[in-house]
Amino acid sequence: MSRILSQTKSAAVNPLKSSQPLGAALAFLGVEGAMPLFHGSQGCTSFALVLLVRHFKEAIPLQTTAMDEVTTILGGADNLEEAILNIKARTKPKLIGVCTTALVETRGEDTAGDVADIRLKRAQDLPGTEIVLANTPDFEGAIEEGWAKAVTAMIERLTRPGEQVRQSKKIAILPGWNLTVADIEHLRDMIENFGLEPVILPDVSGSLDGTVPERWVTTTYGGTSVEGIRELGTAQYCIAIGEHMRRSAEVLRKVTGVPYVLFQSLTGLKSTDRFVSLLSAISGEPVPAGVRRRRAQLQDALLDGHFHFGGKKIAIAAEPDQLYQLATFFIGMGCEIAAAVTTTDMSKILEKVPAQSVQIGDLGDLETLGASADLLVTHSHGRQAAERLGIPLMRVGFPVFDRLGSQHKPTILYQGIRDLVFEVANIFQANRQAPTREELCPLGKRETPDGSRPSPLSRP
Amino acid sequence: MSSLSAKIQDVFNEPACDKNRNKDAKARKQGCAKPLTPGAAAGGCAFDGAKIVLQPITDVAHLVHGPLACEGNSWDNRGSASSGPTLWRTSFTTDLAALDIVMGQGERKLFKAIREIKEAHAPPAIFVYSTCVTALIGDDIEAVCKRAGEKFGLAVVPVNVPGLAGSKNLGNKLAGEALLEHVIGTVEPDDAGPHDINILGEFNLSGEFWLVKPLLDRLGIRVRACIPGDARYIDVASAHRARAAMMVCSTALINLGRKMEERWDIPFFEGSFYGITDTSEALRNIAELLVRKGADRQILDRTETLIAQEEAIAWKKLEAYRPRLQGKRVLLNTGGVKSWSVVHALTEIGIEIVGTSVKKSTLEDKERIKQILKDDNHMFEQMPARDLYAMLSEQKADIMLSGGRTQFIALKAKTPWLDINQERQHPYAGYDGMVELVRQIDLAIHNPIWHQVRDPAPWDRQADVKDELPGTKSEAATLHAAEEFAGPTAGDFGEC
Repeated sequence: MSRILSQTKSAAVNPLKSSQPLGAALAFLGVEGAMPLFHGSQGCTSFALVLLVRHFKEAIPLQTTAMDEVTTILGGADNLEEAILNIKARTKPKLIGVCTTALVETRGEDTAGDVADIRLKRAQDLPGTEIVLANTPDFEGAIEEGWAKAVTAMIERLTRPGEQVRQSKKIAILPGWNLTVADIEHLRDMIENFGLEPVILPDVSGSLDGTVPERWVTTTYGGTSVEGIRELGTAQYCIAIGEHMRRSAEVLRKVTGVPYVLFQSLTGLKSTDRFVSLLSAISGEPVPAGVRRRRAQLQDALLDGHFHFGGKKIAIAAEPDQLYQLATFFIGMGCEIAAAVTTTDMSKILEKVPAQSVQIGDLGDLETLGASADLLVTHSHGRQAAERLGIPLMRVGFPVFDRLGSQHKPTILYQGIRDLVFEVANIFQANRQAPTREELCPLGKRETPDGSRPSPLSRP
Repeated sequence: MSSLSAKIQDVFNEPACDKNRNKDAKARKQGCAKPLTPGAAAGGCAFDGAKIVLQPITDVAHLVHGPLACEGNSWDNRGSASSGPTLWRTSFTTDLAALDIVMGQGERKLFKAIREIKEAHAPPAIFVYSTCVTALIGDDIEAVCKRAGEKFGLAVVPVNVPGLAGSKNLGNKLAGEALLEHVIGTVEPDDAGPHDINILGEFNLSGEFWLVKPLLDRLGIRVRACIPGDARYIDVASAHRARAAMMVCSTALINLGRKMEERWDIPFFEGSFYGITDTSEALRNIAELLVRKGADRQILDRTETLIAQEEAIAWKKLEAYRPRLQGKRVLLNTGGVKSWSVVHALTEIGIEIVGTSVKKSTLEDKERIKQILKDDNHMFEQMPARDLYAMLSEQKADIMLSGGRTQFIALKAKTPWLDINQERQHPYAGYDGMVELVRQIDLAIHNPIWHQVRDPAPWDRQADVKDELPGTKSEAATLHAAEEFAGPTAGDFGEC
């Protein structure tokens, strides 16, 4: 069990976090015809919007209630109402996802009450448009918490409550935010392989997969349908992926009685085996040949790849579930975790991260703790640390703004793990330094105590 | 916040602003920002604007006092270049948590954060930015900065511009006020000379000021301070000893230029380094101002000689693009063209301007547009995304030049697009920069992808393909069809 070290600095240096409302917006973006709305000053929206655009290279629907000095003093209910009505008139969304920010939460606004009033008072103006609220102040949590809160809020608000007739083939999937578009596509394929019908909430593979629609769409142009969310209670099972989705799955069970299974990570051969076995059990179908083939490919990738991993020191900075996902992957390949840094201490998964300690902190901490690592693993903002330390950087999570295609990289199930093995092995191969006589000289490093001598091929 | 309100009123009262002079007292007091429409607003906040202006000062530590989003969602996102220090790219924030806010620990945390930065990095100055939340809970950042500055013996500059104060542009101007109040004039240089100038509102995006600076060097003109692009703190602190100034982006920092003229008698002119004639005009104006302030008149001749040389080279380089770009149609969608000489240079080599937004243009600008466009129907205030998309989809322009905000409208409409705003990847200033801009237009328009993305898939294209589908004909016909679809060689896009 790892020790969780809390942050003691007053100045965060090079933040690891993106804000909680951004995470909530991301979840709403996985719903068809959606428009996320930040309840705060226009800068809150603008910063999140620019960051999302830099990551996805897509036009991102995101609006603001544009709070200013006066409305901050008088209260934001009127701005919220005006924003909702304007969005309805201009873009006719099926869902408006309200995400609160630090500004209105510090004020202590009763946004839930305001939203309820607006729904009631403006019912005739808002036919066909659902309004869902996620309370996501920036001074708590990060993407993970925001995403989970938005998903939970959608289930609470939209899913038809009560026990319903279950469709034997229907599976509800609640993926964590750290799954990429490619991951969602893989999940769907895998589940359909067994003749099952997945309903995935949120489904960013339909909305943020970078396509060229034939017309200009101002809301999201794909994703989970609102109707699909309403009918989640007719699923036979629910599968949640990532510890942060536990509460959403719990709420779905409480509301509809649909039982759930939670996978903390699908980035491991054994966990994927369990996932595949579960699908086989639910469907009563044998594991198809294609899936067996992928598993064999992964076995081979592990055989070919492990030479490059053994003994390597990895420094990871990521949100809790992604930290767990990646740390267990690297440990499973024979690496050691030299540094594990994460955003918040609110997740139970942190205790299970296979590292001596987990630092709640920032990329400044990663740079200090990971100074002698062989590989830094974090988002694009790690580039400055990687450059200063002269250590290669593997870009994961959000934001990745200086490389293309991060959404199309699979990271889960047999195929995704196979590709991850190759990616990391290739980084190591590309950065391998030729041996030198000085490094290898047996007389040169006598002062190093036995056993702790670094491999001659590792970095100085 | 009363001092903030006073400052905002002061900024709204800018006498050097053309637009402002035409307003009555009441309209002036309301400021230049139009009220925002909730649910239909776009653009950054005042904090964003202040940080944009100050952050490129490279050796300063920029510390954002607030909850995470203000800094965490926005850091390291600007393309200014530095010739030395990298501290400006390191992000510092107090990252206030719920407990800090509830317990009122904001000021204490800020003070400790300043200490940590001082101990770890020993910068010449720390700029401290307030945000909505810290303004709302009443943290007195001015007092904390004053106390920390005294205690740690370095400049700690409060930038009291919370996002809710207003628009990005207001933030730009308030950042200028912070420099006037706390930085400029605090250091006396020992090397002031007769050819010292300031460049105000130049951000050195993609390093583009380095396309201009060698020309000034050649003329013996020294840039005392370029604010903010690639500036050092000491340059800014001693900027009051320059003899003359050029205002590059007047919408952002006009108040700074005017007040420096009033306080330290530094005359300034508004100019631009975009386009050939504007670059020449800027060099000429700088030389003339310096002469007016006592520099040797010889500099005027040197300047004319340099201009003649550089213009000739640039026009020759541009001429090479005429055969490729003659008759190409450009849509300018920038909120207001600031540099007419760019338009001039484009039209000189045969490019046609088929439309331009005039949202931020003055009456005078609009007159010039009319002369160039011949048809003022092509002027628009602001085109809704859907209309813009429709116009581009119908291929009524060969390329759109705009900022990132409308990038995906062009790309999804399968239209070439070039970024000419702050996130751009290429330097466009000076003579060489204009050539680079034209080169990028050429590269964008003639990229071979356009046929590939615009042509429909073969199965969507013609009815007769259906007849050729394998399986509906004999084996030989199937083979024939397969060959036809495969083409002579794979990857043959020869028609581009």
